[in-house]
Amino acid sequence: MKRSLLIGLLAASGFFAGAAAQAETIFLSTQLRPIEEATAVRNVILKGLAAPVEYVVEEPPQFAVRMEAERQAGTHTISLVGALHGELSPIAAKNGFVPLDDLAKQLADNGMPKGLLDLGKLGKDTQQYIPWMQATYVMAANKQALQYLPAGADINKLTYDQLIEWGQKMQSETGQPRIGFPAGPKGLMARYFQGYFYPSFTGGVVRPFKSADAAKGWESFKKLWAVVNPNSTNYNFMQEPLLADEVWVAWDHIARLKEAVASQPDQYVIFPAPAGPKGRGYMPVVAGLAIPQGAPDEAGAKGVIEHLVKPETQILTAQNVGFFPTVDAKLPSDIEPGIAMLAAGVQATQQAPDAVISLLPVGLGDRGGEFNKVYMDTFQRIVLRGEPVTDVLNDQAASLGKLMGDTGAACWAPDAPSQAPCPVE
Amino acid sequence: MSTAARPSSFGSARAVLLWSGIAVLCAWVLVPIYLVALGAFGGRTGVYQWPKTIFPAGISFEPFLLFLKTEGVAGAFMNSLGAAAVTVILSVLIGAPAGYALARYNFRGKDGYRLLVLLTRAFPLAILALPLTVSFIRIGLYDTVIGVGLVHTVLALPFAALVTQGIFLGVPRELEEAAWVFGCSRPQAFFRIVAPLALPGLAATAVFAFVISWNEVFAASVLTVRHRTLTAYLLTVLAESPLHYRFAGGLLLILPSVIFIFAVRRYLFAIWGISSK
Amino acid sequence: MQNDKSWIPYLLIAPSVIFLALLFLLPLVQTIWLAISEGGVPSLANLQTMAGDLNFRLAIRNTFLLTLAVVPIQIMIALAMGSMVAKVGAGRETILWIWTIPLGISDLAAGLVWLSILQNSGYLNSLLFSAGLIERQANWLSYQTPVALFFAIAIAEIWRGTAIVMVIIVAGLNQVPKEYREAAEVFGAGRWTRFFRITLPLIKPALQSALILRTVLAFEVFAVVYALGGSNMPVLVGEAYTWQNQNQNYGVAAAYAVLIMVISLAATLVYLKAVKVDPERLP
Repeated sequence: MKRSLLIGLLAASGFFAGAAAQAETIFLSTQLRPIEEATAVRNVILKGLAAPVEYVVEEPPQFAVRMEAERQAGTHTISLVGALHGELSPIAAKNGFVPLDDLAKQLADNGMPKGLLDLGKLGKDTQQYIPWMQATYVMAANKQALQYLPAGADINKLTYDQLIEWGQKMQSETGQPRIGFPAGPKGLMARYFQGYFYPSFTGGVVRPFKSADAAKGWESFKKLWAVVNPNSTNYNFMQEPLLADEVWVAWDHIARLKEAVASQPDQYVIFPAPAGPKGRGYMPVVAGLAIPQGAPDEAGAKGVIEHLVKPETQILTAQNVGFFPTVDAKLPSDIEPGIAMLAAGVQATQQAPDAVISLLPVGLGDRGGEFNKVYMDTFQRIVLRGEPVTDVLNDQAASLGKLMGDTGAACWAPDAPSQAPCPVE
Repeated sequence: MSTAARPSSFGSARAVLLWSGIAVLCAWVLVPIYLVALGAFGGRTGVYQWPKTIFPAGISFEPFLLFLKTEGVAGAFMNSLGAAAVTVILSVLIGAPAGYALARYNFRGKDGYRLLVLLTRAFPLAILALPLTVSFIRIGLYDTVIGVGLVHTVLALPFAALVTQGIFLGVPRELEEAAWVFGCSRPQAFFRIVAPLALPGLAATAVFAFVISWNEVFAASVLTVRHRTLTAYLLTVLAESPLHYRFAGGLLLILPSVIFIFAVRRYLFAIWGISSK
Repeated sequence: MQNDKSWIPYLLIAPSVIFLALLFLLPLVQTIWLAISEGGVPSLANLQTMAGDLNFRLAIRNTFLLTLAVVPIQIMIALAMGSMVAKVGAGRETILWIWTIPLGISDLAAGLVWLSILQNSGYLNSLLFSAGLIERQANWLSYQTPVALFFAIAIAEIWRGTAIVMVIIVAGLNQVPKEYREAAEVFGAGRWTRFFRITLPLIKPALQSALILRTVLAFEVFAVVYALGGSNMPVLVGEAYTWQNQNQNYGVAAAYAVLIMVISLAATLVYLKAVKVDPERLP
């Protein structure tokens, strides 16, 4: 009896497998995973397409494993992937993507900024991905915190010294450290050091890693950390501690602040990250669309890309999920207040007169994670374990230098360009 | 089963102590589950309230409804059941003979075999995901419910072998030998005498297998694209969702396991033998 | 009777051996090779990277401490549950069912529950606050309170993992013929003597299985630790996942996985030797 049951079951499972096997373009994404956003993608953003698209979401770890497995096996089910710059880079390093130069040229003609498009080359000669959505990191503050803002400080022109003073004041008045950073295991703290801390204090990322400026910066970050909520090393998404009132002032990716701002727009303000002695560092986030080599439906995937980067679709995307257009598209004025606030914060960041733009790492291939690790290890050793700054910087600079040498990655902005691997000075 | 229950000859102070101990341990298990439910039904604001109260406020079914309405939930539920069924059947079919061998025979390599079985639990499965996925793609099991069930069987097999071994140890050897004396062949003796006695224990094995398969995420998510199990489907979506959704999803996933355990609770403790005679 | 048909046990275990060889041993060998090679040639580079890593020693220490703290307590609670429920007549099944529920709870849910209890604005602080014991939210899970964090994680693990031990031990206790204990009672043995001299030796096989299984699982502790402690308390499996997922270095991840396997294997062998069981009743 068991045997017949098993056979029945196998047949049934085979039926499941067979039933949906007709050609649909499968679009696998590590972005827009939360249930409301994924639903919006399926029901709103992808709706205007003639051919059916199946939108499947996946967490980054599984995404990496799957793409590598499909590449090794040489059989593909995924026709289109949407993921962050850093997640696409390891796959491109193994020549996993179809070059998209025709599409890129077309988009350049339609006004997609060249700098943005070039990121999609990932340091190669051909276009690896098409920029899909943009975001960046901003600060969010609960309005309760504003009363403790140091005298004379303008929240849109905050400096690190003022932020420290603000934190100290909140700490002494409310008895609790009120500043928070996403330094948990899934948090984006590494991007803070690469895109905000280092550019603001040293004007670079790799070259001045162990410079005197960097050492001074770390000393001042230690002062800041003294008024940062110690639970920060558990935070992955700052919207949660903000909503729970554990933290009043936080730095994070806009998508990870959205829930707080969207649910209580009157309670929060959004503003650019603080400036250091070398300016106001900031880092754009780019999610890209790419077609894996051997994709079962390359033509269909191209159609989906064309649809997603149309100005109308880009506006729809911004309205529904809060990522901003990569093409020239004006957001309508009647968007949700939370998203409008985030958009204003992003704009203030980009247009700050002292802005220092820090690009995403290019040319690190599949070593991007280890690059992040250098910065997080430095943070852990200097700030959390209190090891001497110069020793740690020298140690970690050696790892960083080796990493740059292994990958041969040239410097990217804000570091001065280099011919050979980017040197750690 | 109730043979261990004894007339309450002990003093009432002892009884109070006993029952308060039981009550404390029940509360220890139940209160956290109550809190998940509270988080799930408390809606958007409930989860961020301070100080929190332990009474529900602003009950909301909205997250649940949103889950249930999401495209693909029904299919994913069927896939979960399918993968769990494959796991249950395979782990009983493969694990029970092994358990019987371990219980009834002394053979060379027995310890080695037990170690092999335990190894499957001693190695973090996610690290094996890459080579497994590559071979599954090559042999065509990628993105199938059967493929997921096969991997889950690897996880469930040690439980199945250990548990069925206990069951067969509990079936008196004398009964089986008597059957041989009365002219049954070995297989006949097994199916007529041993199997019926071991059936409740096999049910418990099935529960373990079911729960293991139901709750597994990583392999289920990497090995499938369109045929996601409910757990993989929900957890992938959940990780970055607002807290109240995460609670709702967590509760939604707990419920089937709890119901399943409830359905077979009677058999669960027959695992290590058919009680004392 | 044991050896007249010595091929029978091999026939019986053959399906599982073939199954595991294909689905487990094959990828396992590939992974071990990944750990001890670099670019296709044998190399210790991955092992060196692992041993030289910032969190390596901490991860080993934490994993061992956690195992040492959690497993004995789980066994004790399970024994207590078993002895209590043995004295209950009506309602026994319901009580056992309640105690079994955590078996069905996924890592994610367990982590969430304990986070909602122990985080700053959580239920524990709410309770202490209402009782006037604390004036403001206290930290339990931060890197500055490693002891509290350790206890928090241990408690959550005990909550989640005791059910399986309980199931095995209660089933073992069921097997102890009540006549044994009654006889001991007649001869005037106290309850502790009865427990240590009669019950404990008789449930040794169950105890051994529970210990082995639970220890192996304890070395794999991960999800709850990450949910509660973030990166504050590195553990071995967590490091393996970080190397695979965040750092995208499959070699070092494999090295960690192999290390975990070796440790579990060693612990299993120790138990097999230390908790000697009558071979007839070896589980």
